[in-house]
Amino acid sequence: MFQTHENLRYEYRRSPDQDAPATIHHPLIVIGAGPVGMTAAIDAAQQGIPVLVLDEENTVSIGSRAVCYSKRALEILDRLGCARPMIAKGVTWNVGKVFFRDELVMQFDLLPEAGHKIPAFINLQQYYLEEYLIGRMDELDNLELRWKNRVTAVENGVDQVTLTIATPEGDYPLSCDWLIVADGANSPTREYLGLESSGQWFLDRFLIADVVMKAGFPPERWFSFDPSYHRGRSTLLHRQPDDIWRLDFQLGWEADPEEEKKPENVIPRVRAMLGEDTEFELEWCSVYTFRCRRMAKFRHGRALFIGDAAHQVSPFGARGANSGIQDSDNLIWKLQLVMAGKAPERLLDSYSDERVFAADENIMNSTRSTDFITPKSGVSRTFRDAVLELSRNEPFARALINSGRLSDATFLTESPLNTTDRDEFAGDMFPGAVMLDAPIEGTGRERWLIELAGNRFTLLYFIDDAASIDPLLLQAFQALSENAIPVRTIIVAGRGGASQGIQTVIDAQGIAKKRYDAIDGTSYLLRPDQHITARWRGFDHDRVISAVETATANC
Amino acid sequence: MTLQTESNFHQPGKRFFRRYSAGDAFYEALIEMHRDLSDEQSAKANAKLILLLANHIGDLNILRQALEKARSEL
Repeated sequence: MFQTHENLRYEYRRSPDQDAPATIHHPLIVIGAGPVGMTAAIDAAQQGIPVLVLDEENTVSIGSRAVCYSKRALEILDRLGCARPMIAKGVTWNVGKVFFRDELVMQFDLLPEAGHKIPAFINLQQYYLEEYLIGRMDELDNLELRWKNRVTAVENGVDQVTLTIATPEGDYPLSCDWLIVADGANSPTREYLGLESSGQWFLDRFLIADVVMKAGFPPERWFSFDPSYHRGRSTLLHRQPDDIWRLDFQLGWEADPEEEKKPENVIPRVRAMLGEDTEFELEWCSVYTFRCRRMAKFRHGRALFIGDAAHQVSPFGARGANSGIQDSDNLIWKLQLVMAGKAPERLLDSYSDERVFAADENIMNSTRSTDFITPKSGVSRTFRDAVLELSRNEPFARALINSGRLSDATFLTESPLNTTDRDEFAGDMFPGAVMLDAPIEGTGRERWLIELAGNRFTLLYFIDDAASIDPLLLQAFQALSENAIPVRTIIVAGRGGASQGIQTVIDAQGIAKKRYDAIDGTSYLLRPDQHITARWRGFDHDRVISAVETATANC
Repeated sequence: MTLQTESNFHQPGKRFFRRYSAGDAFYEALIEMHRDLSDEQSAKANAKLILLLANHIGDLNILRQALEKARSEL
């Protein structure tokens, strides 16, 4: 098959750890250098935790695999210093179209409003994403990645985790305080520890074909129910960089995966979809089945499961890699506080609780999508087709069409880390929500609110005229920055100059004020992962400290 | 009163954060109602469901509009 990308092979290097007389100990080890494991390693290293990553392979993803990256995942990757090349290389898209029997019945725009740094979605081959992550890892001194290091045994002790690692030059042991398990859907580590991920298989098969072509289709997601070229089933068309197009064909359970993968069987399907006159080259194809499942909990003592190792969803909605990246985002700041002795270990149980909640939402949405796309009974198909027929004229029916509900940040509204609202607010910036971005201006290069938060606790203090702030209040903000777990205040003002020592940004268009339903004195406390954890109509130092304690399980 | 054809699924006391969530929850419950039923049982369940909802709506003007839409373009 034609290839647009050649996978680099990374070198196995012998580590001094392999020649040490005794087992070498590391504070933090990550198993698996996929998108999720690498994200976690970069975040840990950036937050000052020395980290070792082990991977059994010596290259990035074979084939494009996960191609849709969501706004929230990219916001996280941006904070980790690696989203820029991804967005530059990726195909940005906001618009999705749904066709029923060749007729356009619904269109949606995922980011209908301006004023966000990061686009709703990009499409990018997984191998590019991984290469950019590797590039970022190379820049970090306290991060080491060992290729061709396969973990073959794990002992999850009370005080430490012990690993046996197989390399081309034989086995060696390692130990660590904390283990992040990011070794994928079939996680060998999960097996070693006798743990299970359980759920539901779906009895259907899908063919993915990546084709290279110069086509005039726009960068949109096109989903077709029952098209004339693939009767009774569904297809998906999506653009990737390098003139590659992702085609997805529902095949049905009875299809023979080995036969369907053969180019002589794939090419006629592609030709039927694209038209006789479209020239294309087949680049990669794969037949997949899927299941929705998760582990009962994601923390087991010193082993912390993230990504597909912890939970799996159907591919509709791009909720796999995107949710794994959010697992990492939720975990690393908590781990940093625990490792620094600033929070109790039970803060890590909240990682499990919050991300189990998110995994359930992802599994629920992707299961609903799957049931709509591939009806399991005659009556289910009748309702599905009735929705599609009604959608020509009836807006309510268009809203019921479920061709995949695309990955979005989970509202962690049930989390005990949140401080319950005591004041009235409108809008969606509840405790537990991911902060909304907004354009702002500062004295330097500040342009986006979201760039100012993250990695630490942040207080957003809203006021119309920054010059009117009481000096005593500025002293209180200063005191917050000297707390055991520091809180950095950012004043979001309609106008007025910088205030001594406290960063002030101008919300010239009033977009931040509107998105946060803010009036003078409104204060939002953000966690290091940019989730809102408390908010008030006025500032009160003790309440802020108490909310930080609640958010870090220190009470 | 005219027939509501904009999306109208909601649940008192429950906040949905995504526009699609309430509708998807209804759809899931609808398909779940039919789980493990024979075609004949499903047809009967659908008939009962329509009767229950029709009585709840009650307004014949609304019901006649819905009946007309349901029958057109089959």
